[in-house]
Amino acid sequence: MCGICGCGQTNTTAKLKPVLGQRQHLLKHDHSHNDNHSERLVKVEQDLLSKNNAYAAQNRTYFQQHHIFTLNLVSSPGAGKTTLLVETIKVLKDRFPIAVIEGDQQTERDADRIRATGVPALQINTGRACHLDAHGTGHAVMELGVKDYSLLAIENVGNLVCPSSFDLGEAHKVVVLSVTEGDDKPIKYPDMFHAADLMIINKTDLLPYVDFDEARCIQYARQVNPDIQIIQLSATKGDNFSAWTDWLVENLSPQ
Amino acid sequence: MHELSLLENVRGILEDHALKQNFRRVTKVTLEIGKLSCVEPEALRFGFDVVMKDSLAENAELIIAELAGLGVCRQCQQQIEMETLYDPCGYCGSSLVTVIQGSEMRIKDLIVI
Ligand SMILES: Nc1nc2c(ncn2[C@@H]2O[C@H](COP(=O)(O)OP(=O)(O)OP(=O)(O)O)[C@@H](O)[C@H]2O)c(=O)[nH]1
Ligand SMILES: [Mg+2]
Ligand SMILES: [Zn+2]
Repeated sequence: MCGICGCGQTNTTAKLKPVLGQRQHLLKHDHSHNDNHSERLVKVEQDLLSKNNAYAAQNRTYFQQHHIFTLNLVSSPGAGKTTLLVETIKVLKDRFPIAVIEGDQQTERDADRIRATGVPALQINTGRACHLDAHGTGHAVMELGVKDYSLLAIENVGNLVCPSSFDLGEAHKVVVLSVTEGDDKPIKYPDMFHAADLMIINKTDLLPYVDFDEARCIQYARQVNPDIQIIQLSATKGDNFSAWTDWLVENLSPQ
Repeated sequence: MHELSLLENVRGILEDHALKQNFRRVTKVTLEIGKLSCVEPEALRFGFDVVMKDSLAENAELIIAELAGLGVCRQCQQQIEMETLYDPCGYCGSSLVTVIQGSEMRIKDLIVI
């Protein structure tokens, strides 16, 4: 059985099978007994994500108890999440412990890129799933052995749709948008920008080559989420990168 | 894909309730889906039969009740109906609108045997 969440315990499907078997048996003999198993209404009033939310709450408590500052990084594929993390680690790894969880459908490539910086990283391959969930994240945290007072960065699967509804227990969702993707992404994928606390506009070094109106992008983002914070930077060229590392240090300290 | 994993959650919740509330079969499932949530009712309908196959809710009827999107304008405090997360206030035009309803994705109730 699993120490964190008890997930290895006899699961509900297993418990349910005998019940279903019995039902099948009941169905076989004729319905001579009067229909005492008649239909009734059962109130549920439960969120579709209630299970994930319960695991996320567990993770959040764990992070608080261990003073782990957790970010959930989301973006479309290739916006620059891993590059951003690698560059961030280079700047900050001597200030406090950093650990990374990498979510991708396949391969260890991103975790390898992080490990090359000397920081522990664990790859979760989600397979057919297009997002990380709180249960898998909790296991990854245990396996990785994240130190107290760490920055824990979780790089979600590149996808602007599904990860928005799956809380992992993070302190903040950070959405990365690169200027090559178009300035209207915030209203095309409003759920993600609504759920995020910070938007990073990345690859600003490419602004001269693309039609990307920063002011319009910011306006769209604020329309979807009036409270969203915004930082424009170039992860590869380093322009305005300190705005991001300052944001991290500032938000990490009150922990 | 996202809708399928949501439906797997629905099945899990039904199984939990079957044990707790002592029923064997579900004949009808009513979901409440907010207009501003990120699920597509059509995709839920499409995946429902597939995900419920061989479960206690095989062949159950699916009802999706849509909840309207509602927001409150931070500038003029009026309540407005929202079609999207980025609708501006219909009274003053401000885009500073706080969503108060419409993000829900809930299982409301079931008809069970
Ligand atoms: N010009 C420019 N290129 C960048 C910048 N940041 C990242 N890139 C490039 O964008 C490509 C994708 O970057 P990644 O860091 O792998 O992006 P990702 O979001 O982690 O991608 P996935 O994990 O596949 O979703 C790489 O070729 C990076 O070198 C930037 O600031 N400027
Ligand atoms: Mg990556
Ligand atoms: Zn108004």
